[in-house]
Amino acid sequence: MSEEKIKQELEDKFSYLKDTVTIARKGRIFVQVPLDKFSEVFVYVVKQMRFLALSAITGLDRGDGFEVIYHLNREGRVLLNLSVRLNKENPEVNSVTAYCPSADIYERELMDLFGIKVNGIAPGHRYPLTDDWPEGEYPLRKDWKGHKEAQNA
Amino acid sequence: MHDLHDFEDVKIPIGPQHPALKEPESFLISLRGEKITASSVRLGYNHRGIEKACEERTYTQGLYLIERICGICSHSHSTCFVQAVEEIAGIEVTARAKYLRTLIGELERIHSHLLWLGVAGHEIGFDTLLMYTWRDREVVMDLLATLTGNRVNYGINTVGGVRRDISSKQKEEVLKAIDILEERTKYYIDLAKGETTLIKRLQGVGVLSHEDAEKLDAVGPTARASGIERDVRKDDPYAAYGELDFKVISVNSCDVYGRTLVRLGELMESFSLVRQIIRKIPDGPILIKSSRKIPAGEAVSRYEAPRGEDLHYVRANGTEKPDRVKVRAPTLANIQSVSKMLEDRYLADMPIVIAAIDPCFSCTDRLVAIHSHGDIPRANKELRGYALAGKNTIVWETLRLKGIEWYKNRGIDFTSLNEKLTKLL
Repeated sequence: MSEEKIKQELEDKFSYLKDTVTIARKGRIFVQVPLDKFSEVFVYVVKQMRFLALSAITGLDRGDGFEVIYHLNREGRVLLNLSVRLNKENPEVNSVTAYCPSADIYERELMDLFGIKVNGIAPGHRYPLTDDWPEGEYPLRKDWKGHKEAQNA
Repeated sequence: MHDLHDFEDVKIPIGPQHPALKEPESFLISLRGEKITASSVRLGYNHRGIEKACEERTYTQGLYLIERICGICSHSHSTCFVQAVEEIAGIEVTARAKYLRTLIGELERIHSHLLWLGVAGHEIGFDTLLMYTWRDREVVMDLLATLTGNRVNYGINTVGGVRRDISSKQKEEVLKAIDILEERTKYYIDLAKGETTLIKRLQGVGVLSHEDAEKLDAVGPTARASGIERDVRKDDPYAAYGELDFKVISVNSCDVYGRTLVRLGELMESFSLVRQIIRKIPDGPILIKSSRKIPAGEAVSRYEAPRGEDLHYVRANGTEKPDRVKVRAPTLANIQSVSKMLEDRYLADMPIVIAAIDPCFSCTDRLVAIHSHGDIPRANKELRGYALAGKNTIVWETLRLKGIEWYKNRGIDFTSLNEKLTKLL
């Protein structure tokens, strides 16, 4: 299936995705998904459209909020990037480990580096920060400029 | 005799200073008798904050930093990053530059796979293989040094192309070296297919079924040894791979032996690729000048590193510095299958099973220079206080003296030994 067909299928199935699907180039599709619709789009894409492999999850700080991008691929060929925006005050997403077990480590990264809450993730080690890392410090947030004690020195 | 069932499972922590690998990671193993019943892995010991550091550097500075994520697949990371940046900026790299990137990439694969073969030999007590392959690896290391000026962090990529061209004399050197390496690799293939002790030690060890490999999103030779015919070079061609002829090597044995055969097969493909590149490389410029500012946009770049799919995500905001750089190295994708491979297996198989995914924890944890702003491991209060007092980075000599003092305070003093040594020299 070509990129155009994928775009068409997504837009036909979910009317609110109209104008939010971009084909950046061959093999690269970017989709903006509204937060409240994310679960249904994600499940459809994985289960029905067979984008079974999760390459990574990227978190990023937009300043006024956060964005989480799920990089999914089908048989290694087309990369579908589902992006969802979160508010700044209370950023949270639902864990996708039920559909992609490999999401676990990437979701822990979101928790450690951005302070994004991941609902439903299994208990386990944190990643990648140290066990004695101070509470409430999230290094990949734009307002994080180093440890507080380092700044005060 | 004690019945095994009388005992609770024994939990053993292995690491973070791991005896088998030269990088820190920590495994917690539950054992019943000699069998592993459960395992968990704690990563992050190599977190160096590289992604954050990239946001504070220009694209060119970031490129050199990213090349230092890993000491083995350095070219993989730098190419993957630079491809994303070029895609955002709309720069079409010249054909010659693409071929040169591919050439270094394949030579890097050869050096990495030979290195792996040696490590694998070492882990199963076959140190002769380590001595042989690491000797042969020097041939390709010398070649990389001749072509790029460096053995490890080649520094050949730059935004818009490559920094060094190849001369016709160098082409001949490459071909000669490849002939030697191919002959040696054929010998290793014969060995892997005929040496009973090697086969018996690796067959049926570290099994990862096709279904599990798919479910856990394994990549690279780990996936290809479980029958998943997936290779970014073929599926999503970048650089010059679209114009070159090669096979994706995969086997269905799903074990460490399969992973060995896949890597050996890939070595042969790499030799053929290098010859094709030397034969076909077009003439022309190697670099297009580009602006330091990269327009706003985003791109995901993929690259088949020796260990599997490497993925970089770059978001640009129109300035000289990126807004976000995300690196997903292949080991992070593969480490999640390790627990599966260890399940219900013997403890003695653990080193070779872990080595068989060819892990690289520097890549995985990416993300310290000892610097006055926050990057010091919290546990080391002394060092942290030291850095906080000064404004800049600690110099190597200070760190060395600090080390000597630390040992002296604990009753270990090498001063007299050092004096003796100086006299001898």
